[in-house]
Amino acid sequence: MRRLLAFLMIAAVSLASGPSKADPVDDAVTALSSGSFDSVHEGVGQLVASGSPRAAAIIGSLQNGKLYFRPDHTLFIKQDDGTYVGALTGTPAEAGAVKPVKVNNAIRGAMDAALGALRLFSPDAATRMTAAEAVFHAADPAALPALTKALEKEADPAVKVRMQQARAAVVLASPDGAEADRVAAVGVLRARGDIDARGFLASLSDQPPAVAAAITSALTAIDRLAQIWSVGQSIYYGLSLGSVLLLAAAGLAITFGVMGVINMAHGEMVMIGAYTTFVVQQFMRAHTPGLYGASLLFAVPLAFMVSGSIGIVIERTLIRWLYGRPLETLLATWGLSLVLQQAVRTIFGANNQDVDTPPWMSGATALGGLTLTWNRMYIILFSAVVLAGLMAALRYTSLGLRMRAVTQNRRMAAAMGIRTPWIDALTFGLGSGIAGMAGVALSQIDNVSPNLGQSYIIDSFMVVVFGGVGNLWGTTLGALTLGIVNKFLEPVAGAVVAKIVVLVLLILFIQRRPRGMFPLKGRAVES
Amino acid sequence: MKLDRTAYLTLALSLGVPVALALLNQTTEVGSALHIPTYVVALAGKYLCYAMLALAVDLVWGFAGILSLGHAAFFALGGYAMGMYLMRQIGTRGVYGNAELPDFMVFLGWHELPWYWQGSQWFPFAVAMALIVPGVLAMGFGWLAFRSRVTGVYLSIITQALTYALLLAFFRNDMGFGGNNGMTDFKDILGLNVQADSTRSALMVISALCLCVQYLVARFVVQSRFGKVLIAVRNTESRTRFLGYRPEAYKLVVWTLSAVMAGIGGALYVPQVGIINPSEFAPANSIEAVIWVAVGGRGTLSGAILGAVAVNFGKTWFTGMLPDYWLYALGALFIFVTLFLPKGIMGLFAKRAAKPVAVLEVAE
Repeated sequence: MRRLLAFLMIAAVSLASGPSKADPVDDAVTALSSGSFDSVHEGVGQLVASGSPRAAAIIGSLQNGKLYFRPDHTLFIKQDDGTYVGALTGTPAEAGAVKPVKVNNAIRGAMDAALGALRLFSPDAATRMTAAEAVFHAADPAALPALTKALEKEADPAVKVRMQQARAAVVLASPDGAEADRVAAVGVLRARGDIDARGFLASLSDQPPAVAAAITSALTAIDRLAQIWSVGQSIYYGLSLGSVLLLAAAGLAITFGVMGVINMAHGEMVMIGAYTTFVVQQFMRAHTPGLYGASLLFAVPLAFMVSGSIGIVIERTLIRWLYGRPLETLLATWGLSLVLQQAVRTIFGANNQDVDTPPWMSGATALGGLTLTWNRMYIILFSAVVLAGLMAALRYTSLGLRMRAVTQNRRMAAAMGIRTPWIDALTFGLGSGIAGMAGVALSQIDNVSPNLGQSYIIDSFMVVVFGGVGNLWGTTLGALTLGIVNKFLEPVAGAVVAKIVVLVLLILFIQRRPRGMFPLKGRAVES
Repeated sequence: MKLDRTAYLTLALSLGVPVALALLNQTTEVGSALHIPTYVVALAGKYLCYAMLALAVDLVWGFAGILSLGHAAFFALGGYAMGMYLMRQIGTRGVYGNAELPDFMVFLGWHELPWYWQGSQWFPFAVAMALIVPGVLAMGFGWLAFRSRVTGVYLSIITQALTYALLLAFFRNDMGFGGNNGMTDFKDILGLNVQADSTRSALMVISALCLCVQYLVARFVVQSRFGKVLIAVRNTESRTRFLGYRPEAYKLVVWTLSAVMAGIGGALYVPQVGIINPSEFAPANSIEAVIWVAVGGRGTLSGAILGAVAVNFGKTWFTGMLPDYWLYALGALFIFVTLFLPKGIMGLFAKRAAKPVAVLEVAE
């Protein structure tokens, strides 16, 4: 049946292009109003090939059983209110005695194909694009004439490429056609190079040797390209996971790395940052809906301040009594983390809270064969900004100078007039505040629940220990390495095994370099 | 070995109370004023197993200065070894009635036992595994860690990574240990019904005996010459090394011993609570075990037992009465003990005790 249709369409096109024939639209109308299934079937093809602007309306009404004909070969479309319009004119008309045009299954199939082909001529470029893609997937030889015609008229280069690919698929799918055309068609699909092109090429069988050879080489080329892209995609995912780890660990690098305080409640500072985002969004939705899209921009500094102040309070009330006793600090802050979790559970409930992703952060963009999701992209950028800010603060501000002095030699710093207890409190506040900002970012990709922090605490400690304590560059490199290694292992071993392997590798790594990749040097290390 | 009053008291209470509970449970009628319900026996058995874990933690933390945040891993491994034996005893009484394979394997469509399940139907083999698996893992891990001088918080963090990795691994169905659900629905141990009152009482008394033996072993170790070196390592590891000792060897021995002790606790724990699943590996469990020791008094051995029983009793009480406040109470306990009771409950009685087992001042 399809072959018949193809033949008919080709015939119709050739008829239409013949110089001495009558108007092809008239022929189509005559065929449609003849009353026999075969000629109606023929008429559908002729109508499409005629390129009439009314073709879509007529076939659409035929599909809905709204097309009527008069024995003198005039067509009418019945409106919903029972009146008629002329099928070719679209204006109201007196129909008189009319009969509906009857269809059978063969004609229904022809109509679907015809409507698909008609969309190739739509004035809207996006519709033409979808139509070309649909033709590509169907690879129905019947669409060739319409496609060829559409290609001649196409002005949009992107749509044109898509149509050429569709045409190549059609050429390869049709049983006849010159070998040179087929080889050229394989070339077009090879250039397309995506998974659909690969699937289509792989599905072809019984090709002449030259074409078969072209297909084999195209498949190899596409596979190689896909491999390269998938490596790129893994790197992107790895960077994204790494930047999440970096955000979670950067604050820890300050408190653990610079101060030597094991803060097991660090994860809860992250969690509090995420809940701050939730509260900010709730507040803004109720009071300033106009600024809601920018809610995250307000949440970031607020989360820094909330977590930072809680951090300062913790340092003043708890941690300062435990300096020099790292294991006790660990236990006390663990207890604190339980209390904070339970407090959040009491206030907000144990369920996950909804934190919205603003429109400018959702969606994805394609870069070659890569899919880059915007929220991950912004998190990578955000962590880079946070890291740069943190480094600048440590290097160029007076607080940073004091912090480094206290880290290097506490007693000497005190002798120089630095109030070390205050520096300790501020350093701890800074680390906690950064954890709070990390919470804003994590609220976009993870569930905001009281357990949010717990899931990151072990990973963050791993990052800091792996990178080497007291070294932000080490933390950065550690986070990115762990992220990328994890994402490269995942396709091979599965997500859980990948994580286990990374943990075991880390345990082994620490045996080799007990103080991380970039250890601090000197006697202070032993104390 | 010298035993002081604290030691005699510890032994008397650790053995006497469970035996009394068991006798009252077995010899009196239900409804009698002296009757001890079976659930109390089961709870007491559970506490005794936790006390073994606490004793193991105290041995390494209190005397060798190794703060393990992954000791529950050894406990759980011992538990899994016993759980495998108990699973095999179910036989045809399982849901699928397969004589050879445990239910979860039938459910996963497995056709034969994996190699590491071979032999698990013999009780002596299961007991041996409950000792060997934690011991070998601890020895391998400790050999790597102590040899390269990973100490202090770094060691704590990698022990936590160890138990976390095991947690993730045991959650996988492919591991062949029942995945997320673990193992449960046990029927028999050595032909006796695990649910029966008499079996529960017997298991509790055996736990009490094991605890007392472990306590004596631990005391013997810390009072020996070996223990003196251990305390020296805890206080100043570098100085001990410069004196010609090899701290890593001392640490490795006590670390392995401690893991085996925890494994025994786990093996006795599983038949009494009737389930073992991967959540036993959760890092939080290991940290909780550390707080039992801290509450009771680090480096006192008796304190570890006291702390484990007291904290878990509190947990049972709280989760029954005020379930929402248990985490507040536990968290506050962590903070309070580290800030105000650095020597734990035993520290309060220190003056009355004949002589402290070890010097408590720790230079860090």
